[in-house]
Amino acid sequence: MEHIITPKVEYVKLLNRYPEKKSVLGTLYLTATHLIYVEQTNNTRKETWVLHHHIMSVEKLPLTASGCPLLIRCKTFQLLHLLFQRERDCQDVYQSLLRLFQPVKEEELYAFLYNPHQNEEDRRQGWEFINVANDFSRMGLSNDYWEISHLNKNYEICSTYPSILGLPKNVSVATVTGSAKFRSRGRLPVLSYFHKDTKAAICRCSQPLSGLTSRCVEDEQMLQAISQANSNCPFIYVVDTRPKLNAMANRAAGKGYENEDNYSNIRFQFQGIENIHVMRNSLQKLLEVCSMKSPSMSDYLTGLENSGWLRHIKSVMDAGVFLAKAVCEERASVLVHCSDGWDRTAQVCSLSCILLDPYYRTIKGLMVLIEKEWISFGHKFSHRCGHLDTDPKEVSPVFTQFLECVWQLSEQFPCVFEFNERYLIEIHNQVYACQYGNFIGNCQKERLEMRLHEKTFSLWPHLLKNQHLYRNPLYRRSLECTVLRPSTLPLHFKFWCGMYNYYDRGMHPKQSVLDQLLSLTQKQVEGERTMTELQRVRGVVGVVDFVRVERYLTDMTLSPSHPFTAAGCCRWKRASQTLRFQITLLELNPPSSKSRGIHFLPNGISITLS
Amino acid sequence: MELSEHIKTANVEDVTLRRPFHPALRGTLCVTSHHLLFSDRKDEASWQLLILLKNIDAIEKRAVGSSGTITIKCKDLLVLQLEIPGMEECLNIASSIEALSSLESVTEMYPFFYRPSHLTLNGPWGLSSTEQYYKQTERLWDRWRVSTVNSDYSVCPSYPSAVIVPREVDDDKLIHSARFRQGGRFPVLSYCHHRNGMVIMRSSQPLTGANKKRCKEDELLLQAVIDGSELGYIIDLRSAQQAQQARMTGGGFESKSFYSHWKRIHRHHERGKVVQESLIKLVEACSDPSHSVDRWLSKLENSKWLSHVHSALSTAGLVVECVERDGHSVLVHGSEGTDNTLLVSSLAQLILDPASRTVTGFLCLLEREWIQAGHPFQQRCAHSAYSHARLKQECPIFLLLLDCVWQVWRQFPLALEFSEALLLRLAQEVYASNYGTFLCNSEQERCAAGVKENTHCLFQSLLRPDIEEQYLNPLYEPTDLAIWPSVHPQSLQLWTGLFLRWTEYAQNMEEAREEVWSIVKEHHEQAGPDRTNNTLSTHCDTLTSFENLMDELTIL
Repeated sequence: MEHIITPKVEYVKLLNRYPEKKSVLGTLYLTATHLIYVEQTNNTRKETWVLHHHIMSVEKLPLTASGCPLLIRCKTFQLLHLLFQRERDCQDVYQSLLRLFQPVKEEELYAFLYNPHQNEEDRRQGWEFINVANDFSRMGLSNDYWEISHLNKNYEICSTYPSILGLPKNVSVATVTGSAKFRSRGRLPVLSYFHKDTKAAICRCSQPLSGLTSRCVEDEQMLQAISQANSNCPFIYVVDTRPKLNAMANRAAGKGYENEDNYSNIRFQFQGIENIHVMRNSLQKLLEVCSMKSPSMSDYLTGLENSGWLRHIKSVMDAGVFLAKAVCEERASVLVHCSDGWDRTAQVCSLSCILLDPYYRTIKGLMVLIEKEWISFGHKFSHRCGHLDTDPKEVSPVFTQFLECVWQLSEQFPCVFEFNERYLIEIHNQVYACQYGNFIGNCQKERLEMRLHEKTFSLWPHLLKNQHLYRNPLYRRSLECTVLRPSTLPLHFKFWCGMYNYYDRGMHPKQSVLDQLLSLTQKQVEGERTMTELQRVRGVVGVVDFVRVERYLTDMTLSPSHPFTAAGCCRWKRASQTLRFQITLLELNPPSSKSRGIHFLPNGISITLS
Repeated sequence: MELSEHIKTANVEDVTLRRPFHPALRGTLCVTSHHLLFSDRKDEASWQLLILLKNIDAIEKRAVGSSGTITIKCKDLLVLQLEIPGMEECLNIASSIEALSSLESVTEMYPFFYRPSHLTLNGPWGLSSTEQYYKQTERLWDRWRVSTVNSDYSVCPSYPSAVIVPREVDDDKLIHSARFRQGGRFPVLSYCHHRNGMVIMRSSQPLTGANKKRCKEDELLLQAVIDGSELGYIIDLRSAQQAQQARMTGGGFESKSFYSHWKRIHRHHERGKVVQESLIKLVEACSDPSHSVDRWLSKLENSKWLSHVHSALSTAGLVVECVERDGHSVLVHGSEGTDNTLLVSSLAQLILDPASRTVTGFLCLLEREWIQAGHPFQQRCAHSAYSHARLKQECPIFLLLLDCVWQVWRQFPLALEFSEALLLRLAQEVYASNYGTFLCNSEQERCAAGVKENTHCLFQSLLRPDIEEQYLNPLYEPTDLAIWPSVHPQSLQLWTGLFLRWTEYAQNMEEAREEVWSIVKEHHEQAGPDRTNNTLSTHCDTLTSFENLMDELTIL
């Protein structure tokens, strides 16, 4: 709070993109967490809330006759152009924001203040909701080829890797540690995804410290072990996602790429995805195109081309498609790396997982995938998102690009994702918001040291609670067993207006097919879901699924914090075209007068508390 | 020469057919007077492909050893390959296709031979007429009348026999005005806005010439459109400079001093050859196998197709702004008044008028504003994107209209009663059809050729209940408001439904469409009688959101 020089400024104009539309006067508030602009005209009050962490830059523009302009650019691609009457106010707000939007210490991040009205038990459950080890079991680990290893449980082999690793069965400790020493930052080859049907695996690592001539027997053994874990194919692909030139340059610095002569049966391949600096500049150019005042079609298309953004998106997609093809068509295992193996490698591995496995195309599956390939494998969210006032050269839209690739896929395959575009945008906003603890810190070890699980809450339960907003009504489960084979012809890569021009609502379709279909299917889905759940409750008298009941109560805007047990009778019946449910809940504590009685949920379900 | 004389080889066995995303097939190829028929009789279940020869835009022959390959490029953008054993057969087939696909005589064309058992020739032809439109539009009765001055097509050969004009202007004045307008296309009423009675007129350019001729009758005619006190807008679809230049060749524009109650706005629109070349470039870009995004974007930009879409929608928006928001009548014209003029006036109606957003309403709009209004379909659609023939009068202005309508549909997916499928069907029919609807260049020509008596009407056939459902938009919710599309470049997209029609992508989209249908059907079954309430409430939401967004539009 001490950073807020002035908490409230009146008579501030919010300038709009379109000069001919009248801007009205409003009041600007600065709180510890948000910048709030309130516009009051006649009887309508319009509030614009911007989280400080969402701010990317604040810029004071030259004084004009009409006042002092302040330009605020956000990481969510929102653009606020404010006009102050007094220079002094502008300066005060500018000074305050500079300090607020990029805190120096982690503890100043929003997540450490935020409490979504949950108790410690909820918090614990929330953090356990997504568990990477469970995903290994889902893939069928441990089995004859792969096992779960705890060698890194103290983060001693690799400080930026998770504590549990998937490794080829029977690989020796010496091989593991030796290989780790030969890899940049100790990021040795480990399992990312095991494809049950073909026995092929996707593995990830960082670049080898091969320099011009070095080799490492243990690393060679490691790759040999990965190859032997898949009897369906005599070779493995080693995919270096960097452009060849970059990889060559690294050799001079004692790093580089695998020499095919030293490893038996590898097929080496470059993919040509550019580095974080190129991507950062490309986004910068793209955003310039997005904010052009009234471009002609040619200006826009030329700008889009010159930004190179879609070229980069395609290069990520191409690499992902290469991996998926190798696994499902050639039944070959693949080892992927870039330089450090936490940016391009994360993009490519997670994208190929989505192509190969329908599970990752579900609402929960995407959470698991992000938790696995990004959070636990040490994608440096704090640095890449610029949560704190750190080196701006570390900032890069690597994760944004991954989300965009998923969106591009959903445009080609409208029926295969359980979630819709809003889900991707919400995740993107949350990554930068630092409201929940998931995306704070750069690796698991760091997060543990920050005690995030004790001090902050997890995002995933929050998203799950609102999943009705994120559902794709066209999702067809019947298609789920298919491997996606997207076309990577350039004309399939579209500009994502819904993301980069999200706040320019005038550009978007004025009617939404998505909302229309969601409203048509909402009742039905709620009905089906509740029916199956209630049947289960009836079967096991006295025990009720805690989380689900809680969800209803939250929907009812009842306080969800007290513990309920449901017992006794649950009845459901179909009456006059709509499903009606009755659950009689017994509360451990006597129900308050507020919660007693019949509650009607907006979706047509009623709950009786007695 | 009889048509059959063009056919030297009618039948070839053992032909291999290759289509994109399908396995190759072997079968028999037949050439008839109007069709290319391929049938695969490998199994009991035979599969046939029937292509109208008129649909074929270009063919390429290539010899491979003793056999030949013919690549067939259709006007609906499908590309096929036929491998024909025997060089002579191959050349014969190719020459038959070449001759028969470019017939010039209307009465030799297939619609004159198409006689399906379920249709009779005595049925009604067409959906609407000038008289009907007048009868339906009560607002017109007071100040407007139907004139039959053109009943023998002598005043304006490209106009229909009846047109709507101001009541106080007599036929004699119309004749004078017609002489002052290119091709005799004097200003006539195209649309009367149901909310405020303002009208959209259209015409061709005035023939003022270099020495600034004037025509009193033409001035009176336009004066009669608006009350003395009012102001009207002339939307000239050429740049101010082009309009000036047109005077050198006898054309021109309405000068401020003679038409004092009309304010002229110029908006540059490309026409003719330029637009045709855009289509050719765009289709070429879409089939470019190169994997460079930069190359694709630069080709897309270079084709200028989306720029044409952008200008058409912007100018239509401008017309709507004049009529709906500012309450002024509008006269639209370019030079000839048969292409961009019709494009802009019909798009403006789609945006303004809820009646033109139903299936019937939309087809009526096309009939009044394109077919009866004398868009020269035969000349404009003689060739499509693949033809190597030297361009004459080709111009895909109608395709551009369909693209613009698709853009509107994409932005207002609930506001149109028809679906993308109808637009795709029309895009196909306009180039090659079993029906007579798009034949000839004007009503006069159709009358002379006996089109109504000897062919079937496409629009009638599309409205048959068993056919119509596939063209309906399952999410349709009528709204009374103007549907202003955004014309930001970010809001306009490549019409993938048309340009990627024959790719795998189209199949994925088809699945999605089916899914939408099944959700809507399921919902209707469940909701039963409550349904109307439900739609009403969402409809209200839509309306408020329109109003909020309306003022973000910037066109003027």
